[in-house]
Amino acid sequence: MRQWIASGLLAFGTVFTFLAAYGVLRLPDSLTRMQATSKATTLGIGSVMLAVAFAFDDVAVRTKAALVVLFLFVTQPIAAHLVARAAYRSGAPLWEGTVADELGEDSEDSGGPASQREP
Amino acid sequence: MIAWNLILALVWCALWGSFEPATLAVGFLVGLLLLGLLSRRGVIGKVRYVRKVERAVAFAAFFLWELVLANLEVALQVLRGPKALRPAIVRVPLILDTDEQITMLATLVTLTPGTMALEVSEDRKAIYLHTMHLPKGGAEEFRRTILQGFERRVKEMVEP
Repeated sequence: MRQWIASGLLAFGTVFTFLAAYGVLRLPDSLTRMQATSKATTLGIGSVMLAVAFAFDDVAVRTKAALVVLFLFVTQPIAAHLVARAAYRSGAPLWEGTVADELGEDSEDSGGPASQREP
Repeated sequence: MIAWNLILALVWCALWGSFEPATLAVGFLVGLLLLGLLSRRGVIGKVRYVRKVERAVAFAAFFLWELVLANLEVALQVLRGPKALRPAIVRVPLILDTDEQITMLATLVTLTPGTMALEVSEDRKAIYLHTMHLPKGGAEEFRRTILQGFERRVKEMVEP
């Protein structure tokens, strides 16, 4: 029974991680692509680690799996935020289908969007 | 107060003669129950700890649920391709005041896929979020969901 649950979780996590990689290819601009990659590290890795915890009846392994998830949850948002912010500030073009850019509008008052400001 | 809770959990484990994580977890819960009971009867004075733990657990449940929902949503979005996207950068007013609370909000928002913290205004009155799919109600509706969902809950959790 436990092996079945572990296999299911493993398959689920792999599909999610694959979709994230596929999203990087499929989505149009750097911000939406960052969104796709940050997904793999939450639900994808989360369920793979849950599978590990189910498969091994060992306290040490389970503690480590929990720590992996914890560290990912602490570091991943910071990395995603920094890459996205760097992309936006360095003037990476937004996709033409972008509905609104309130950050660009607001910074226009103080010298235009970051991408058009003098370095 | 958390120290008392941990001591009670350890005593529980010692009495059972087993320090398995499951025993520890049950011990922690029993300790929490005891502390709640004692504080309600006024034996150890009014304690905010129990309510704080309750709120933290409620928040964790809410967050995990949001996480799964948002993940499924973004996965569908990737499969449907760019045509289904409505990306936008939206300014959300901040009702949180300390740096720690803002960091927490930004982290949680970024952890739920589909939304990502992009920038905090210099006066710390607004946070700019990137979303993959702006709801039908436009930026206003998006602002409302963040304000009433994440921000309110973060505020509730840190405040007594």
